Amino acid sequence: MTAPLIVFFVLAALAVIGAVSLILQKHPIHSALSLIVVMIALAGLYLLLGAEFVAAVQIIVYGGAIMVLFVFVIMLLNAGVEEHTSVSKMAGPPGLLLVVALAGLIAATIVRSTDSIQSTMQTGEMSSSLGVSKTLGISNMIFKDFVYPFELTSFLILIAVLGATVLAQREKS
Amino acid sequence: MISFFTNLLSANAELAITLVKIGLLLFIVLTVNAYLTWFERKVVAHMQSRWGPHRTGPHGLLQPLADGVKFLFKEDPTPAGVDKFVYYLAPLLALALALTGIALIPFGPDPLPWKFFGVPVYLGIAPPDVNIGILALFAITAMGVYGVALAGWSSNSKYPLLGGLRSSAQMISYELALTMSVVGVLLMAGSFNLKKIIEAQATHPEWGILGWNIWPQLLGFFCFFVAAIAETNRVPFDLPEAESELVAGFHTEYASFKFAMFFIAEYTSMITVSCLCSIMFFGGWLSPFPASWTFTHYLPSAILLPFGLWVIWDGIRYETIFGRIILPGIGTAMAGAGLALILLPGVNLFIQGPFWLLSKILVFLFVYVWMRGTLPRFRYDQLMAFGWKLLLPLSIVNVIATSFIILAKMTWGAK
Repeated sequence: MTAPLIVFFVLAALAVIGAVSLILQKHPIHSALSLIVVMIALAGLYLLLGAEFVAAVQIIVYGGAIMVLFVFVIMLLNAGVEEHTSVSKMAGPPGLLLVVALAGLIAATIVRSTDSIQSTMQTGEMSSSLGVSKTLGISNMIFKDFVYPFELTSFLILIAVLGATVLAQREKS
Repeated sequence: MISFFTNLLSANAELAITLVKIGLLLFIVLTVNAYLTWFERKVVAHMQSRWGPHRTGPHGLLQPLADGVKFLFKEDPTPAGVDKFVYYLAPLLALALALTGIALIPFGPDPLPWKFFGVPVYLGIAPPDVNIGILALFAITAMGVYGVALAGWSSNSKYPLLGGLRSSAQMISYELALTMSVVGVLLMAGSFNLKKIIEAQATHPEWGILGWNIWPQLLGFFCFFVAAIAETNRVPFDLPEAESELVAGFHTEYASFKFAMFFIAEYTSMITVSCLCSIMFFGGWLSPFPASWTFTHYLPSAILLPFGLWVIWDGIRYETIFGRIILPGIGTAMAGAGLALILLPGVNLFIQGPFWLLSKILVFLFVYVWMRGTLPRFRYDQLMAFGWKLLLPLSIVNVIATSFIILAKMTWGAK
């Protein structure tokens, strides 16, 4: 086994354990901490794929900003240990079915996309051999090739922010 | 047996060197941290017409050692009703993240003049070509808040909880301004790489200090420095541990070495911020003088030699016998180092980069202490208003202005 493979399995295991613990933990803060572990493990996986920029942004945005907000809200509300209510017995079988369906879908996608992944890896090598850094490639994509979808997305986020502000203001008055 | 070890070493030379570097840097950073507390107490004391620590060792120089021993041997009670796992995790997290940040700083431009097993040894742990240097540092800073926030939450006590809440709110507010304020520098350098950011400030070697980013990015520097002070929870932004309101804030319930870990983490992040300030705005390891003024290469000696002589002179008149032995010893070492630098031009040339970077870091650390000695603490609403209504707009203005100027240069500038 090569070193990257070992690192991959460690990070993957960490991500899965974090995700499971996120659901099983009783206390909201512990769940939030588990989610942070998942985020960091994912960032490590991105780093392993050579996507340095995405890895750093994953930690800054998800691990840092968003999860700090989560923890802040949990602390502010002083949320206690969650109480388990009687779970609906109906939820079991359909849930299992959905899990199997989702896993199958993801597996099918991975199997089918092996060719395209390999081709993108080759083009990625080409661009790096041309001396173009990956961050530059990403910014070219966002701000040149896909500039209109990107701007539309930011407009959507702006609308969401305005909507949240309006709703909060209305509640006050 | 010996050949087995040399084989193992040469096969894993890079790993071995990195491990040795980690150990060395850890030792240096922790020692510097300890003496930073001495420096801070001394400077603040003199600003307030006091003597500061002066009983333990000559000029109180052994005070950090005494403090360290005290931290280790104090009783370490765990308060009732704490969330044990998170309570123990929080100081660990704070310290580990603070120390990781320092690992990304390059301390000098060139590798050491000799190689180990064919591997060039750079100053600083991370290899100098980390493409996302500054982003990785911000990622670590962004995670740093958890140490404080979780410590406040897990202590099961109202004052730490308030401290933790304040800390996370403050971090969220100032993180934006912090990140926006360096975008101007990144635009000018065209890279996230810390080494390239410094090299971009040396495009005109004859300009010296005038070529640094501080002149075009004065606004960016102001925003960055203020936001960075807020991120490190130092005066005047030390609301999470405001002792007049919250006892000791987030670390009220921590004693002994767990408290020391928060303390070391805070001082380490002060050093990291000082490194970042000097790298991004003050030319990093570049000399402030034009490159052709080679006589300035003797500046390290010109500082070390007289200072060493002064310490000897001061030491032989010191009131305790211990001081009369120790201080002249230190002075002789300093003066000797200064003399050696004059006699060994190769070493002297190599030492230039680290010398300038360390002097700049020292200046910023002094500014930190200076502010602690002079500025009163912000009120909480002032803190929030300052972050959102002044710093963030200013840093956005800085980004827009910088991009327009760069665009104008690209369109109409000199070909």
